[in-house]
Amino acid sequence: MVSEPVIKTVDLNCFFGSLQVLKSVNIAIPHSEILGIIGPANSGKTTFLRALNRLNCLHRTYSQTGRILLDGCDIGKISDNLLRKKIGIIFALPQVLPVSIFGNVAYGPKVHGTTDKATVSRIVEEALKRAYLWEEVKDRLNEPAVQLSGGQQQRLCIARTLAVEPEVILYDEPCSGLDPISTAKVEDAMLKLKASYTQILVTNNTKQASRVSERCAFFLMGELVEIGPTKALFTNPKDKRTDDYITGRFG
Amino acid sequence: MNGAKIRQHIAFSVLGVLTLLIVVPIMLVILYIVINGAGAISWEFLTAAPRNGMKAGGILPAIVGTVLLVIGTMLFSLPLGVLSAIYLVEYASDDLFTRMIKLSVVNLSGIPSIVYGLFGFTLFVLLLHLGTSILAGSLTLAIMSLPVIITASKEALESVPFSYREISLSLGATRWQTVRYCVLPYAIPGVLTGTVLSLSRAAGETAPILFTVAAFYLPRLPRSVFDQVMALPYHLYVISTQVPNIPLELSFATALVLIALVFLMNLVSIILRAHYRKKRLW
Repeated sequence: MVSEPVIKTVDLNCFFGSLQVLKSVNIAIPHSEILGIIGPANSGKTTFLRALNRLNCLHRTYSQTGRILLDGCDIGKISDNLLRKKIGIIFALPQVLPVSIFGNVAYGPKVHGTTDKATVSRIVEEALKRAYLWEEVKDRLNEPAVQLSGGQQQRLCIARTLAVEPEVILYDEPCSGLDPISTAKVEDAMLKLKASYTQILVTNNTKQASRVSERCAFFLMGELVEIGPTKALFTNPKDKRTDDYITGRFG
Repeated sequence: MNGAKIRQHIAFSVLGVLTLLIVVPIMLVILYIVINGAGAISWEFLTAAPRNGMKAGGILPAIVGTVLLVIGTMLFSLPLGVLSAIYLVEYASDDLFTRMIKLSVVNLSGIPSIVYGLFGFTLFVLLLHLGTSILAGSLTLAIMSLPVIITASKEALESVPFSYREISLSLGATRWQTVRYCVLPYAIPGVLTGTVLSLSRAAGETAPILFTVAAFYLPRLPRSVFDQVMALPYHLYVISTQVPNIPLELSFATALVLIALVFLMNLVSIILRAHYRKKRLW
């Protein structure tokens, strides 16, 4: 029996004002999959990602139709706080709070009501270890997080997300500002998290999608053009537009 | 030297001279007051009540009155102003109603202070039966200070990067937690600046307290918030223009005390600001 998908969208349409950004997107993502999402700029990749944890709703003009299911349950029935706790996101540019390294990771547990100092310390250490940052920062947890390098900051963001124990982690072009070595470290962290989390990776870098993801989706002008096993999608795309994109004829 | 360098030189010189044009008159005013008033400052002047039809004695009741009025004003206007600003920036949707509120706030800061005085007199003194009292005066000054506090707090809140809010919300924090932990701490320096500016103005205002609290001559300390008090700016006005044959030195000394008081407030805010800036880890 096929297990229930962790995330499923049914006829998802997204609008900013009167502009339709996503057109009837249907995707089902099973547990512990890394799904890559590729496509040129303005294809709706980020909007799709941010629809999943309702961050789009921070924009006044945003509206959507269709359904998004998390573990079979319509996310409309889940409160913002709980939904965003379950579905974490890593932004394109490493975004850290102007507090210490420790403070950044401890923020999530704090707002979710964990006050015991020992527990928080344990959660922070655990999260930093799973984001493969612990060894680099364990001696300077109280230093400002902004002093870390870009790659370290991005892994700090991953640790911060892990600290609230999400089920799903969304990555919005997480390596767009990083050098190749930092990129490799972030990708490493993603692969090692694979067993426990469902991960969705939006990327402009088709090579990154092919390195990390098992399945890959190609978005174009708000449409989901094609979705399939990454290897098949890259070597033998069914749709001509996908072929054009990955062979570099446009985008 | 090439043209661009010369132009830069000229620009810097012009800007420097313009800055001096602002700083020098202020320094001269302060210097003038200090030279003319310092001689009259004594322990008695600061700690005794006026005697002899204000020609002798001190100005303690007026100092206490002004301090009480500033504290009272702050108690009302600071929480109200900051909370309104938080509502306007973080919660209110950008509709016609909100825009009208914002426009009103801006316009309110341009209203002459005597109008606030009359408004406070009608509302607090007469309608709410508070009488001419510290309470009525503080409330009037608070209403006058609100627009500046709201505007400054609003700008301080808006200058906090949107990404902080996004991070916090994306981790599942509520709006209030986001404001409390990720926005407000970084807006406090700006809020303080606005508040102190506004309170400094309140401390020096005469018109709003004229009908609502100020006593012409009351050589004792107030007993409750429903008591009248003397206040430094009004006292200064009285001894300079209303009572004949008062040594000019006393006026200057009174002005000096008022300026020192305002300066002290600014000093406290500078220290607080530095303290909060340190909290932000860069």
